Amino acid sequence: MRMKAFSVRCLKEIVRDPLNLFFGLAFPLILLCLLSAIQANIPVNLFEIERLAPGITVFGLSFMTLFSATLVARDRETSFMDRLFTTPLTAFDFISGYILSLFPVALLQGVISYLAALAFGLKLSVNILFALIALFPIALFFISLGLLLGSVLTVKQAGGVAGALVTNLSAWLSGIWFDLELVGGTFQKIADLFPFVHAVNMERAIINGSFQISSGDIFYVTAWAIAVFLIAVLLFVRQMRK
Amino acid sequence: MIQIKGLTKNYKDVCAVDHLDLSIQEGELFALLGVNGAGKTSAIRMLSCILKPSQGDAMIGGFSILREKEKVKQIIGVSPQETAVAMNLTVRENLGLICGVYGFSRDQAMNKVREMAERFSLESILDKKAGKLSGGWQRRLSIAMALIGNTKVLFLDEPTLGLDVIARSELWDVIRSLKGKITIILTTHYMEEANALSDRIGIMKNGRMLAIGTADEIIKSTGKETLEEAFIAIQKEGKA
Repeated sequence: MRMKAFSVRCLKEIVRDPLNLFFGLAFPLILLCLLSAIQANIPVNLFEIERLAPGITVFGLSFMTLFSATLVARDRETSFMDRLFTTPLTAFDFISGYILSLFPVALLQGVISYLAALAFGLKLSVNILFALIALFPIALFFISLGLLLGSVLTVKQAGGVAGALVTNLSAWLSGIWFDLELVGGTFQKIADLFPFVHAVNMERAIINGSFQISSGDIFYVTAWAIAVFLIAVLLFVRQMRK
Repeated sequence: MIQIKGLTKNYKDVCAVDHLDLSIQEGELFALLGVNGAGKTSAIRMLSCILKPSQGDAMIGGFSILREKEKVKQIIGVSPQETAVAMNLTVRENLGLICGVYGFSRDQAMNKVREMAERFSLESILDKKAGKLSGGWQRRLSIAMALIGNTKVLFLDEPTLGLDVIARSELWDVIRSLKGKITIILTTHYMEEANALSDRIGIMKNGRMLAIGTADEIIKSTGKETLEEAFIAIQKEGKA
């Protein structure tokens, strides 16, 4: 009950910010439309809808880091969190509230991206449903990363790191916009260390029905999500005890 | 209602609160007076379980702020220095949020929101976003939120800081209406506020309590004419 009340508050704070709505829902849609239009004129293998839609869906989730980081950092910077620290809310209530409030936004973003992709020629199949389910560990990773950043950074810093650095890392190291194998070498090895490319590969494989190929990526993304989640919890609790 | 024994807060080389001893009776309004950096906010933050004391303890309603935090949190309400409301939520939603945080059922929450709206004259702005309200109304909402739980002790940290004369006067009326019903600790650096509202006043400097008493007792003890003159004399002497 306590956690639900807090989670609903977080969700309202996020969806009532027009910038959040633009970056969370409209921006991935615009990218999908734009790249599909380019694809229609100059076909590129990488931007075929079966490859593009999963990539943009994952890229869109990187904005969850921005939302959660700025929300947590803003609550910390204002006295609002101080007030809530004097209530019976526990660390579990806070962490669950922040994280669970963003899952519906992440899911909605995924649904909108794949629905738009259907309009651009993605084949309707049950794989879309599986791909949406597979978004959960990816969403957990991005949301937890926001909680982690928001627990240690100011609003300005969190906005910069989450808004610029994470979205750029997600763009450059994911293989959405260019094939990482074409770059190869150290760049590809570095990209392989991060979860972004694995998340995109996983979604692409699921959309194409290649579940065996995706199992390694699922493990990698889930491991990253759990690790970042645990670090975020530790940092948030440490902040709470301060 | 509140017994504070040797409460101390050290930040590296700075002692923000230095062995504070104090007893506050049930229903009393106690004002902590001091200039910026006197240790008022640190004292309130420790008493409201936000800040861990370096030494000492305090009992609130019979519960230790060190060992029984959860029980203390059930009976305190805090209106922090900076207005602590959720800006993107309406007044109704802010009140409802706190009802939810205290585990009220839907019906209980609706009744409580109605009760608080009536008590603090918030009815006409219930569906306005908190971020759109003036500073005075935000503070009023902040105090209403602090009183939603089973509040027996209310901490008001600089409640009228930055408000215009009218808003301050209106907020004083709100605080006066609470007097005697619950125990209130108020921090302020406005002499007239402490004088107008409090039963007793504590004057702090550099983390130490220099004087405690009613406004008249403090004025008398310094041989001055006004509380402001008495305050300045006590601050300059550095002792009561």
